[in-house]
Amino acid sequence: MTDRIAALKSRPLLTPFNIFAAIILVIGAFLTFKRFTQGIGAVSNLTDTHPWGIWIGFDLLTGVALAAGGYVTSAAVHIFGKKEYHSAIRPAILTGFLGYSLVVFALLYDVGRPWKLPYPFLVSQGVTSVMFEVGACVMLYLTVLFLEFSPAALEWLGLSKIRKTVVRLTMLLTILGVILSTLHQSSLGALFLLAPSKLHPLWYSPYLPIFFFVSSIAAGLSMVIFESTMAHKKFEIYMDDRHKQEYNPVAFGFGRAAALVLAAYFACKVFGIALDNNWRFLFTGWGAWFLFELSGFVLLPCFMYSIGVRDRNPKVIRAASVITVLGIMLNRLNVSVIAFNYHVPADERYFPSIMEIGITLFIITIGILVYRFIVTRMPVLYKHPDYEDVH
Amino acid sequence: MGITRRSFLGWLTGAAGVATGAKTVEAAHGHFNGYPDSYAILHDTTLCIGCRSCEAACNTVNNLPKPEKSFKDLTVLDEKRRTTPHAFTVVNKYTDPHTGKITYRKDQCNHCQEPACASACFVGAFKKTPEGSVQYDASVCVGCRYCQIACPFNIPTFDFDDAFTPKITKCTMCQPRIEKGQLPGCVEACPMEALTFGKRSDLVEIARERIRKYPQRYIDHIYGMDEMGGTNWLYITETPFEQVGMRTDLGVTPAPEFTSGALSIVPMIIGLWPVLLGGLYVINKRRDEIDEHEKEEAVKTAIENANNGGKEGRHDR
Amino acid sequence: MEGIHTLQEFMFQTKGIIYILAVGYLLGFVWFWRFLKMDKKREQ
Repeated sequence: MTDRIAALKSRPLLTPFNIFAAIILVIGAFLTFKRFTQGIGAVSNLTDTHPWGIWIGFDLLTGVALAAGGYVTSAAVHIFGKKEYHSAIRPAILTGFLGYSLVVFALLYDVGRPWKLPYPFLVSQGVTSVMFEVGACVMLYLTVLFLEFSPAALEWLGLSKIRKTVVRLTMLLTILGVILSTLHQSSLGALFLLAPSKLHPLWYSPYLPIFFFVSSIAAGLSMVIFESTMAHKKFEIYMDDRHKQEYNPVAFGFGRAAALVLAAYFACKVFGIALDNNWRFLFTGWGAWFLFELSGFVLLPCFMYSIGVRDRNPKVIRAASVITVLGIMLNRLNVSVIAFNYHVPADERYFPSIMEIGITLFIITIGILVYRFIVTRMPVLYKHPDYEDVH
Repeated sequence: MGITRRSFLGWLTGAAGVATGAKTVEAAHGHFNGYPDSYAILHDTTLCIGCRSCEAACNTVNNLPKPEKSFKDLTVLDEKRRTTPHAFTVVNKYTDPHTGKITYRKDQCNHCQEPACASACFVGAFKKTPEGSVQYDASVCVGCRYCQIACPFNIPTFDFDDAFTPKITKCTMCQPRIEKGQLPGCVEACPMEALTFGKRSDLVEIARERIRKYPQRYIDHIYGMDEMGGTNWLYITETPFEQVGMRTDLGVTPAPEFTSGALSIVPMIIGLWPVLLGGLYVINKRRDEIDEHEKEEAVKTAIENANNGGKEGRHDR
Repeated sequence: MEGIHTLQEFMFQTKGIIYILAVGYLLGFVWFWRFLKMDKKREQ
């Protein structure tokens, strides 16, 4: 424990990453000012024909999918009883909580009147809208994540009484978390059901909600493996023994689960094509792109995960997790901006502006910095010695 | 202008009085055939000469800023335009690549019977009125632009350059005017009677009659009858619809039906998941307890055997 | 001449191929499940 505190105190300030992050923060602050004084058009390439861009496709859709590790891990440990992965819960919940918080933060930029975001819940409810359900579930789930994460913060702050009360809610929060996640992960896919004329038939399917939900499980499993890999590289000094011991078992266990989920997801996609009789589209240019996404980022990592599990090779598993994460991002971008508006002529298609990308990088950097702050201080990678009853 | 058939119809229907109060149309699994006496507009593109008088009238009636190029400037028709925050409607020119024949078509909100925008809006900013128009309420709008994603006709526009009060804009069917018994601005301004205002059912009859009378002049289809579940802006044309920028692959399913299935699953998941997950928890917990129990039994038996055999007892693991 | 005449037409137009895919998937999944449970250590 003294190692950890000493390491924290002795960290150099001017590391390459810190300098890079500082630059991004300054640029981000400037872009924020521009966004809120000159409007969305001044910092993005969004137009009436392309009202949604990477802030929705990446920040929101990909962000929510990759934050799924929270509900997946807490379900694995608390509902399926996999106690051997216990050390993975808090990092996963932290990633989830930060992920969803950043999604809401990104919405403040994307939405035209962010101060009216409470309106759908407090003033006028558009209950025919899938987006209403997404908003309600995300708000509730953010609360759940906050509560699930709070024991770590409360332990750090020494507020043991409140902590005890919150810990008693664990089972309830876990189940509620799975319910809410099922609902909003699938509903993010359902958003696009409303635009069959705009989304390419290989991606548009009545099963979009199922595709989004199942792939969110694979995304969550893979993000936990990826985040654990990164944490091990950078924050090993802050980890306790249990965390280090479970490093490879988590990879094997989550890797096997990811192999199965990816296989099921692949099958569902094929069934989807069969049911809508869309085989002919596979032989087009869009078909090649679809097959690229499916074979390179679903089949391939599924294969890699299964080899890694069978041969007890964690390196292959960790590589597979990166590819899966990229695949989820590719899928969400395909559905929202790439295969969306496919009818629009090529010279009028959307591409994000450098400022849009800048704001996204700003948001991600804030997330990484907050993650680093928390993980180097609060009992996320280690168990607080005063609270050994963390079951 | 003297009494024309168009304005007579306008007076008739205007005099019939209009109900106030709007209702959101929620199509769960029923089919909505539209409010019975709702108004609509029939656009006959064979009569349109691309003079842009309708655009000018719309601009005036809605107090919109005057554009850079005047409405009398017909060179703007050389480019395809879409609605913008200051242009609720535009006229576009379509030239047949083979024959060189020119057709003009006015584009604006089609005031769908079951609007995709109303279905999409999570703050209920859009409402389908009994008069037939689809109204937008900027006071609740959050600016999420899901309505733009949803509209199959790409009509709603959003002011991306307004930092403080950006909102969606679109044709209102001049609701305040029709409530007073007047015609919508564009209909009144059109010198060629390419636009006819009246009850939707009457306009359908008129359109059918025209097609029946002049079969060589019209394609036998009233666009808007069934597209997306039916709209309150109907089109008849001589040039095929795809060639005047209208999609013919939209189908007849009303937009809300695309998402009603996904929404109706929500209560099912809420009802079933707690039992499913709680059950899994109990099953796994029980299995762990049994495993623990069996382990303890095994250890006990091993110790007994060891003691009986006189060997060294094993410690607990 | 329209209608269903060949096996290919049956498979695609009536979506009969789904049954084949479904059976294939279920069998494949069972195999895959066992594939993942097996590790080299057990074989040694």
